[in-house]
Amino acid sequence: MKKDKLSLNGWIAEAEAQGKSMQEFLLEYNSKELECSEEELLSKMEAMLVVIEDSIKFGLTGVRSHSGLTGGDAKRLLEASEQKQFNNILGDKAKDAMVYAMAVSEANAAMGRIVAAPTAGASGVLPGVFFALKKHYGLSSKVLAEGLVVAGGIGLVIADRASLAGATGGCQAECGSAAAMAAGAAVSMLGGTPAQVGHAVSIVFKNVLGLVCDPVAGLVEVPCIKRNGACALQALAAAELALAGISSFIPADEAIDAMKSVGDLLPCALKETAGGGMASSPTALAWAKKYFAKE
Amino acid sequence: MNIIDIIGPVMIGPSSSHTAGAVRLGLLAAGILGSAPVRAEIHLHGSFAETHKGHGTDMALLAGLMGWLPDDARIPEADRYAAEAGLEYSFAKVDLGSLTHPNTALFKLTAADGSRCEIIGASVGGGQVLVNSIDGFPVELTGKLPAILTVHEDKRGIIALVTSTLANAGVNVATMRVFRSNKGGLASMVIECDEAVPQGIINLIAALQQIHSVRFIASVA
Ligand code: SF4
Repeated sequence: MKKDKLSLNGWIAEAEAQGKSMQEFLLEYNSKELECSEEELLSKMEAMLVVIEDSIKFGLTGVRSHSGLTGGDAKRLLEASEQKQFNNILGDKAKDAMVYAMAVSEANAAMGRIVAAPTAGASGVLPGVFFALKKHYGLSSKVLAEGLVVAGGIGLVIADRASLAGATGGCQAECGSAAAMAAGAAVSMLGGTPAQVGHAVSIVFKNVLGLVCDPVAGLVEVPCIKRNGACALQALAAAELALAGISSFIPADEAIDAMKSVGDLLPCALKETAGGGMASSPTALAWAKKYFAKE
Repeated sequence: MNIIDIIGPVMIGPSSSHTAGAVRLGLLAAGILGSAPVRAEIHLHGSFAETHKGHGTDMALLAGLMGWLPDDARIPEADRYAAEAGLEYSFAKVDLGSLTHPNTALFKLTAADGSRCEIIGASVGGGQVLVNSIDGFPVELTGKLPAILTVHEDKRGIIALVTSTLANAGVNVATMRVFRSNKGGLASMVIECDEAVPQGIINLIAALQQIHSVRFIASVA
């Protein structure tokens, strides 16, 4: 008999029936799965938050990647934002989310220590959203740890129904999934209902569907770093809509399944092989040629 | 899969296949050799050959050979540490054919006691690895569980002898696979166990007449 796929909508219905928040429900579910106490799971998550905070700090020192292709942009944005004439189009929360997301993504490219949540390539999205919310809403590390449990639960469903790997499903599966995880976590951390968590996840997939994986020269740098920043914004946008009581017509599970079907339809050239998209632009090809000659 | 796989692991960037997986591949190769090597000739194939510098694959492989884990902050400078530790190493490109996994490395390793080993393995995605050849014998080794590797005469009864030796010693076998080679009637066998197997039991297997060699290979968590 085939095992049923994990269902976010199923969990949401259970949580609502039991009168639980999404973090309460997923904390109980995941500690049972791990055969550990809820406190132990939370302290594991808090340890991850410590690593994340360090990788933000490392990224903000202005690190450059080993290939020399990228680096320093998170620091650049932060410094620019401290100038009087800075055009703060997005507002401080969104700007900070981009700063932190790009900082971790640049730290990753520069061989820094990161938490691969859900993957190394998309490791900036959750830090961007979580640490921007921490700064602006004063969230405690316990709330952030609970948020990571919610993000992880959403990621489990995505991994089971679709994939979290750019090589399998394109960047929609990697940075897109990270944004969906971050959006659901943000809703939950700010007091939203389980149903609103589901709406946020679904809204993110609506907006990232079809995002291809096209890293220049196969390196996790261009377009990955800015995409981590932008996907943090997708998460904030979806969370804001869901918390405002706006629902998504497509249920979260079906949105995840739609992402999988688009991923299956994507040609191989757009799944991490550097065979299309940004990776096959003339500028990328010229840079890659020089780079491979050096290696 | 559980939540720790999703919110984690902690690793040195930038790539789970080209960096974290490469560390694990190096660890597994050193585990097969039986100790940290003093000499390592490393030949890189496919995508490993093309992007090893940008992804730090070379540093990651050296780190693994020295027994470091994928989250070790020293990985970017593994070459310096290797030189200090007296590990002689070299990197070269190799073409192992279009059927070979693109993230493949061929290791020619020498241990301090002079024993040598030639290992081919790949980083197959998400930090997972697969060693598929040891000293020319086909194998499939993932490093997920502790394993016993034998090279033995391809004759009736030998497999039962090995498994009954393990059963008598109270070792629980998780998986077992036998691989035939084209080398003079020899075959190899990979037995994955639930826990590490003490040297005393390995010696019992080594004492069996038809066994040419046996190694215990620790898991690489
Ligand atoms: S473009 Fe590809 S390599 Fe880059 S972050 Fe997205 S999925 Fe990962």
